[in-house]
Order: sequence, then C-alpha cells, then structure tokens
Amino acid sequence: MSMPYYVAPEQMMKDRADYARKGIARGRSLVAVAFDEGILLCAENPSRMLRKISEIYDRIAFAGVGKYNEFDQLRIAGVRHADLKGYSFSREDVDARSLANQYAQMLGQVFTHEMKPMEVEILVAEVGATPHDDQLFHIQYDGTLVDEQGSTVLGGDAEAIRARLTLAYTEGSTLTEALAAAVGALAGPDRTLSEPELEVAVLDRGQPRRSFRRIVDAELAALLPDADADADADAEPDAELPADSETGATDDGTANSDPSQEG
Amino acid sequence: MLPSFTQASDPGPDFASLVRKVGLGPTPSGSSTADVTAITHGTTCIAVRYADGVVMAGDRRATSGNWISHRTIEKVFPADRYSGVAIAGAAGPAIEMVRLFQLQLEHYEKVEGSHLSLEGKANQLSQMLRSHLPAALSGMAVVPIFAGYDRGRSIGRLFQYDITGGRYEESDYAATGSGSMHAATVVKLGFRPNLGRDEAIDLVLHALWQAADEDSATGGPDLIRGIFPVVATITKAGYDRIGDADLEQRSRALIATIEANQGTNNP
Repeated sequence: MSMPYYVAPEQMMKDRADYARKGIARGRSLVAVAFDEGILLCAENPSRMLRKISEIYDRIAFAGVGKYNEFDQLRIAGVRHADLKGYSFSREDVDARSLANQYAQMLGQVFTHEMKPMEVEILVAEVGATPHDDQLFHIQYDGTLVDEQGSTVLGGDAEAIRARLTLAYTEGSTLTEALAAAVGALAGPDRTLSEPELEVAVLDRGQPRRSFRRIVDAELAALLPDADADADADAEPDAELPADSETGATDDGTANSDPSQEG
Repeated sequence: MLPSFTQASDPGPDFASLVRKVGLGPTPSGSSTADVTAITHGTTCIAVRYADGVVMAGDRRATSGNWISHRTIEKVFPADRYSGVAIAGAAGPAIEMVRLFQLQLEHYEKVEGSHLSLEGKANQLSQMLRSHLPAALSGMAVVPIFAGYDRGRSIGRLFQYDITGGRYEESDYAATGSGSMHAATVVKLGFRPNLGRDEAIDLVLHALWQAADEDSATGGPDLIRGIFPVVATITKAGYDRIGDADLEQRSRALIATIEANQGTNNP
C-alpha cells in the first residue's frame, strides 16, 4: 500500500492560512466605526454594483472583504438565516451574536475540512439602543471570532490601517468626523479617496425598524472632507454652511494630508 | 445552522420557497369539515387613487359568525416602503399571508440588492393567493387589495384580486369584504380624478361609515373606546399611516354632517 507524503498538521494549517491570507490581501480593505448616531461602514470599492456592505436585518449589517463570490454566498446565507429566524420567532429575536457564531462555525468547518479555505474576512455589525450596546463581530477565514469595541478593520492591510484609524478616530464622534477618520485611514498618507471609489453605509440608531442605509452620490460627496474644498471652490452657499460648522474634522483631515504630500 | 443549498435546489431570492425548503411552510389543507363560521373574519377595506398616490382604509371589526370577535383588528398593512396591502376574509390565513408577503418583498430586496417593481409585487401576491386556493375553497377565502406608488411611472396604482389569484388593476378605486358594495358605492359617487389628500381621506372615512351602517360585520368609528379605521396614504414619500387624533377629528366632522342630514326613520 502506498503511503501519501506525510505533512505535519501544523504545516498544513499554516499553508492553508497563508493561502487564505494571500487571497484576502489581494482585495481592498474595509473599516467599521461607531459614531454618535450609529455604526459607519466604509469600504474602498470602485464597483457600484458588486457590494461589500449590505443589510442583513433590521439592526444588523454585513461586510466582507476578499473573494467576492465567497463572501456574497455568506451574505445570502446570513439574510436567509435572519429572515427565517424572524419569521419563525419574532423580529426582536434576530441578533448579531448568534449569526456571527454561525458564520464562525461555517468558516471554521470549511477551513479544516474542505480542499480550499474561504478567502474572506467578514464583519457582522449590530447597532444597539445606545452606543454601549453596539456590537462588531469580526470573523476571520479560519473561523476566529473577535468581538471588537468601537472600530474594526478588515482586509490585507489591516495593521497599517488600524494604526492610522486609532490616531484619527475618537469615540463619540459625529458621522462627518468618523467618515473622515475612516477614509483617511483607508487611503493612507500618499493618496486621497473620493466618492466613486468608496462604498459607504450606516446603521442608523434612530430608525425604528430597518436601520441600514447606504450613503451615495451627492450625500456622500458632501460628507467627504475633499468635497468641502470643492464646495468652497464652487461657492455654493448651502454646501459651505455645514463645512464651516464642522471645522474641527475638516481642518484636521486636510492638515494631515498636506504635509505628507509635500514629504 | 446557516441554511445552505446545492446549486440546483437554491431558492434564490424567493422567501416563500425558502420557507418551504426548510420545512416551515404551511401544511396542506384537506377538505374541511370544520364550521367555517367559527373562524374569525375581517371585513371591509377600500383603496382610492388621488393626486399624490393612493389612500387605503379598513375598518377594525372582526367577526366569527354573529359574534364580534375583535374590535381593534388591523386589516391595512404596509407591504414595504412604497406599497400597502389590505385584507378581507378569514383573518388567520389573511394575516399570515400578509406577513409572508412583507417578508417576501424585504427578502428579495436584501438578497438581490434592488426593489421589485410594483407589478412584480402585485404578481407575487397573486401567486400566494393561487397557492391558498385549496384552503379558500374549503371556506377560508382571503381577498386582498394591493396598492402602491409606482416609482418608475410616478403614479399610484391599485390592484384587486379574487380567491384564485386573479389580479385586476383598477384605475380609480377598489374595495373588498362584506361591506365592500356599500363602501364602493360611496366612493363611486364621491370620486373624481386627482382628489386632494384631505378629500380622499374624508371620502374613504365616509365610505367605511356607510358600509358599517348597512353591514353588521363592518365596524364604524367607536368614539367611546377611541377606535378608528386604519387609514394610510402611499405617495412618493412612502407609506404613511394617519394618526388617530386626526381621524377622530375627521370622524366627528363626518358624524356631524350625517346627523344634520338625517331624517327620522320612524314611520
């Protein structure tokens, strides 16, 4: 009887993990931060049709990075799980923790038993009644489940982005401030990201039922720090007013990016 | 367990099919020997097109045979943000149908990432009625009205159904339930194209009043208990239920008008 080559289990797991990490690192990253009125999800995504961020249920959102077809399959499974649970029990019984656990189980199972691990990292976010009740569950390709506080970063370049985000983000910031911090962290010192390259959505704490809302087009452009400069140039009085009232965030954003461009 | 399917058995964005596949679907009903008069029934609902969209209204009474089984039942529901559904018939299956219909629309929207067209939503309801036909024939009929704001065409549209799932688009108004004949007559006499919002709301309240006056299974506004019909408008801004305070004011005005015109019925 022929024996297959012996591969140490440690080596096998390491190979799989490397494979998955490489796949994830090929895509672009995603940031989620809590702000005063909800949770902001912000991804670098040039496609308007292939979404990384989407709605799961009333107060739950999903975000994924890595291989699109794989995280989209997880997204649909999540929507089905949530809708079935809400249908057979009640809408208030659908929670992020249970869904995150299911995802972790599934990813862990695939990582150890299937030929190929899933090249994805996903986030399940739930907005609570108060900022204290907000939940961010970050699930890795191997099923590792982390309960994050306040902010989280998904994707290949996560370490660097997290470091930049920690500097720029403060707890309890407004949507404009949080978005400036998230976009700045995603972009890094050498470039700026504008509206067509971003996919942004929020879980809005104030909504009575479905709290997920995409921020697109003009609304997004107006919220971005760069857009304030454009608005000034266009001399639109309507756009100028909010820009002036939120000087703190906008000035910091521009101040941070200017010296780095010189250097 | 997260629901997972093989490619061939994947239900796609169809929630009703998903429910069946995981075994939560309704059990098929055989021929019924139960006394259907013991089943709770909902009664009169109407929908009228007006300048901004559609107004829908339903009374609050549910009956089991001769009994009033519920005084505050609701028969007009939002189907999603831009459409509503009103039901008459056996209350249990009707409310379950609405629940499944609401979830169907929401599920489609989340899975596909886009809204169904108004026509698509109307057809979905048609299919649900068709699959309910065996139960309808054994006495548990459900007859809904579907209305919504068609964002593609920027108009309000309304659809009437029969128990077989037949779907009929109406241009002006639609009514369903035991008091529908009286309600529809009032609307027919008071209707003209492009009614204003206030006129449209007052018209449906008057229609329900007259239905309640003639049909014992339809409830009128109850000023003692503070129970008023469910009235909702569906416009470009979405589904909006009218508050009870507003309805009370309108109902009192309506009653005053009717009182003023009332002769004594004593011979």
